[in-house]
Formats: sequence, C-alpha cells, structure tokens
Amino acid sequence: MRKKIAAIVTALAISLAALATTTPTGPAPAFTLASRAGQEVSLAQYKGQVVMINFWASWCGPCRQEMPLLESIYKKYNKMGFTMLGVNVEPDSNAANEWLKATPVSFPILYDRDSKVSKLYDVAGMPSTVIIDRSGKLRVLHRGYKPGDENEYLDSIRSLIRE
Amino acid sequence: MQLSEVRVARAESTRILTPFSRTLLALCVIGAPALGGVLPEDRADVMWHNYNGGDLTVEGPSVLVQKKVGDSLSFSAGYYEDMISSASIDVKLSASPYHETRKQENVGVEYLHGKTTYSMGYIHSKEPDYIANTTFYSISQDMFGDLTTVTIGYRRAWDQVYRDIKQPSGEIVNDPTFHERADHRGYTLSISQILTRNLIADFNYELLTDQGYLANPYRKIRYLSPGQGQGFTLADQVYPNTRTSNAASIQLKYYLPWRAAVAGQYRFFRDTWGIVGHTVEGDYTATWRQWVFDGMVRWYTQTHADFYSDLFPYANYQNFMARDRELASFTDWTVGAGAAYQFKVPGAPWISKSTANVRFDHLFIDYKDFRNALLAADYGAGNEPLYKLDANIFQVFVSIWF
Amino acid sequence: MSMRNKRLTRTVAAGALLLALAGCTAPTPWVKPYEREHFADPIMSFNRDPISSVYLDHVLESREGSRGATGAVGGGCGCN
Repeated sequence: MRKKIAAIVTALAISLAALATTTPTGPAPAFTLASRAGQEVSLAQYKGQVVMINFWASWCGPCRQEMPLLESIYKKYNKMGFTMLGVNVEPDSNAANEWLKATPVSFPILYDRDSKVSKLYDVAGMPSTVIIDRSGKLRVLHRGYKPGDENEYLDSIRSLIRE
Repeated sequence: MQLSEVRVARAESTRILTPFSRTLLALCVIGAPALGGVLPEDRADVMWHNYNGGDLTVEGPSVLVQKKVGDSLSFSAGYYEDMISSASIDVKLSASPYHETRKQENVGVEYLHGKTTYSMGYIHSKEPDYIANTTFYSISQDMFGDLTTVTIGYRRAWDQVYRDIKQPSGEIVNDPTFHERADHRGYTLSISQILTRNLIADFNYELLTDQGYLANPYRKIRYLSPGQGQGFTLADQVYPNTRTSNAASIQLKYYLPWRAAVAGQYRFFRDTWGIVGHTVEGDYTATWRQWVFDGMVRWYTQTHADFYSDLFPYANYQNFMARDRELASFTDWTVGAGAAYQFKVPGAPWISKSTANVRFDHLFIDYKDFRNALLAADYGAGNEPLYKLDANIFQVFVSIWF
Repeated sequence: MSMRNKRLTRTVAAGALLLALAGCTAPTPWVKPYEREHFADPIMSFNRDPISSVYLDHVLESREGSRGATGAVGGGCGCN
C-alpha cells in the first residue's frame, strides 16, 4: 500500500510539467515563414543573436496585453544583438493585421497560417514565448502571460546577451 | 496482516503523504500558472424589461456592473425591479387586482488563482409580502489542457413569507397573523467541454431542496359543491412542507464558418412532488457587419404535481391540495428573437465596446388540466374550457465594456 | 475501520488526489491552444449577455414548475 501511494505520487510529480517557465534543452527547431514585410524569414538568419519568439493571436486577450511590452523590450535591446519575432498563429491573417494597425509594433511579424511552427515548438498555451541563445539553442520556454512576466523575460534576455 | 502491522503501515503511509504530496497538492491548487480561467470582462448593462400576458404586467429596470480590481479579483453589483400590476385569472378568482413593486439587489466577487476561480455572491429581494435572501458559492477549475472546466456550486436561501390584506380604508398591509418561513439549499455541478475546434458542450446538474412554507398564500383550490355559488367552493391550499428536485441539462454549441453559431439544449426535471418536466431549446446566432441576431425556439412540457387538481371532488379530499397552475400539466412554446448593434461612443475612448440590444419573446402556455374557472356559470364547474395563456416578453438594453 | 472501508477511503483519496493534480498535468489536448479562436468569439459564449439570459430564465421559472440546471443563479421571490 505504501509503495502504491509512493508510485502514484512520483508518477504524478514527474508529469507536473505545467509550470509557466521551464528550461528546455536542445537546438531550436529551424523554420521559414512569410513575414508581414513580404519576405520569407528563417530562424537561421538570426544565428549569433539572442532570439525571442512570441506565439500570439489577435483573439487572445493576454497576447494583446503583452504586445506593447514586447515592443519596448525589442526597442531597448535590439542594438545589443537581440531580436524579437512575433509569430501569429491565425489561419486568416486579416484580424491580426487589423489589430496591428491600431497597435503597431516594429519587430518582425511572421505568419504561421498552417500551424507548422506552432506544432514544431509544441505550443501548449496562448501566448507562448521561447528564448533562443546565440548558438541556436532553446533556453527558455514560457507559457501564458501574467502582468509581471516581462521582468522574467528581461532577466533571461540580459543574461543571454552577456554570454 | 496483523492489526499492529496495519497500524504501522497506516502511520508510514501518512508520513509519505504529508511532506511531498501535500506540497504537490498545494502547488497545484494554489501555484499553478494562469493559463486557463478568465475573469469576467469589465462591463455595465442597463435594461428595461416588460412582461405582459394573462392580464399580468411586470416591468422595470435592471442594472448590472462588473469590474476587475487588479488581476485576480472581479466584483459585480446589480439592481433589479419588478413593478407588478396583476388582474390575472388567479387574482380575479379569489382576490382583487393589485399593484406592487419587488426590488432586488445583488453583489458578488470572483477570485482567480491559477486555473481556479472562487466566487461568492448575495442576493436580496424585497416585496411587500416576501423577503428572500440568497447566498451562493462556487469553485471553477480548468483541467485537461484547458479543454474542460468543472464547476461546483452551493446555494442557500432564507425566505420570509407574508400575506397582504386590504384594510377597509383601502390600505394594503401585512396580515399580522401570517408570517411563515421557507429555506432552500441548492447544489450544482457543471462541466464545460471543448469537443472540437468548432464544438463545445455544457452539462449542468442541479439539486434543490426546499423546506417550510412553499405555497402561494393567495391562491385557492376549488372543490365541487353542486347548488352552491358557481357549482364550486374555494378553500385554502395545503402544500407539503418539503420539496426536493433534480434537474440535468446538456447543451451543445457549434460554430458555423460564416461567423454564426447554432445551439441545442435538453433539460430533464423531476421532483418529489411528482412533477416531471422536459425542455428542448434550439438557438441560432447570426452576424452581419455591426449586428448580431439571435433566434430561439423553446418547447417545454410538464406533468402535474401529485397533489394538484383543477377541481377536487369534495372538501378535504386529500391531505395536500393545490390549484397553482405552475403545478398543472401543460405544454408551452417560447419563440424569441433579438438584435444587437455594436457602436462607438464618440468622445469616450475609455469605452472599448458598446452595444444596443432589443429582444422579444412570445410565450404560449397550453394547459392540459387547468380550466378557466371564471366561466363556471356558462359551462358548469369542471367543464369550463382549458386555460390558454399568451404572453409577450420585451427587453431593451445597452451594454458598455470598459 | 473495516478493510472494505479502508480500501474505499484510499480509492476515494487517490481519486481526489488525481483529480486535484489533473489540474496541473498537461495531457495532450486534441484542440491546440492556437486552434481555439472560435471560442474567444462572444457569439460562442453560452451566456453572452447575462443580464438578459438571467431575466428570461427568471420569467420562465416563474411560470413553470421546473427549476435549475440552466447555468444561471437567481434569487428567490414571491413571484406569482
């Protein structure tokens, strides 16, 4: 009986993977997507920089709330070898473009219309943010957005930029 | 296993459960990330409602405000009035037409922590002959990848029942000899489940128990009394002082690609008074530019309470007797349509969205065993035509989101 | 406690533990978070305008013998 309880508890503990920020391992999966500017953008062209990818949608409240903060992060660290990519996950980009007209951002917006990249990065919550280091390795995975999370992003970005 | 071994095993297993798994439990209930679970949007609604049917008119205002404070708390407050003018069939039979106003206030709070929402609220309703206080609590949890939301709720209500009498001067006062109480408890379980990209299901179960004075103090039963009056005599209703009911419903809503939604619902009801009710409802929501249109068709049927009869054979026929038509056998249809127009409020950027709404429902009740006793002189007691009721329900409201 | 009661209590406790932890585990949802855009649309809500749905429920409940399982919480009244 003791062993049974211990086994159940351990199994469930291992599957307790729903913490907001996890430390993944391995290289960030490569991808190429169409951008708002009209060109094809691939992750490979940013090797050597710290890359933050934010998966968002215009219908997602916390995503919309987070965008202006991502814009200020981008503006601040862009010249220090950091870039931000906003991957919009909507099959129809019209709603996203309409929203961006009202709330413009200056970092690249990519369209993942067939959810290829969302699946590749195992997006399990909206929004989802990943941070990739200069060598192309996945370093931070953050699911969801709560006011105050941007401080976590800033800490990670600052330490990764110094590497 | 020897008794002593069992005791040791139990003590050890408690030790394993205490430090590790209790922390786990605590983390899950308190520390889980805010991925699911959303507080209600900040909004204010102002409505005028009007019910008119069967020589009964009930109308009045309704106001509801919902406001977040910080990221985890949302407060709600509402005010509602029913201004009643009644010369209904029941009033005409055993009383005189009356006017009265019922006022209701409600407050509520919701607290979001991770994937769990805790809420509680209080409703206070006051009219000259009835005071009702209700408190309700619920816990809502998102689970299984946020596709499922499970909610459990508890409700408790205390009512004070009075009876109005008309003084010789014409003034309406409470009958000093009449003061009763009614207590209610309710338990609910709801499960909302996303089934596909376009389909969501909602299951609701509700158990209600009542105790105390559950009758309508103004309505009367009638029993056959040939040669006397209209062929029948009125007498007081006698209700059981307990009632337990179970209701379960399932609702499905499907998204249509042209930005519309279709929904269907079925509800089953059964109580210890012998009433069995079936509700079937279909809804369609369509959109066009700034407009949202709703259409609804609802069919309801119920079988009468065990102690209900339109006309009892003689006085004191059985220990419980009622003639309240709400407990009769009947079928009713409700057909409704609504339109909402979304507009911008010029010079008020703090209003993110606003709508003007109007809704009209028509209710038709076809009683199977409730007769129009006012026509007893023409048809004979017990042979009057079955009563039918047509009512119009009208709502107009403005909503603003901020 | 009898052996049967003990087994029952442990099963219930394990079930409750599992239920509580289920809120924390993230099993593969068959509708991905980025595929849930329709449910963010107000027209897919079961109660888009609570002030209106609660009112209509109240009117129908005053005229009918059934009550409950509508998703709305109403207060008591002496509504005849």
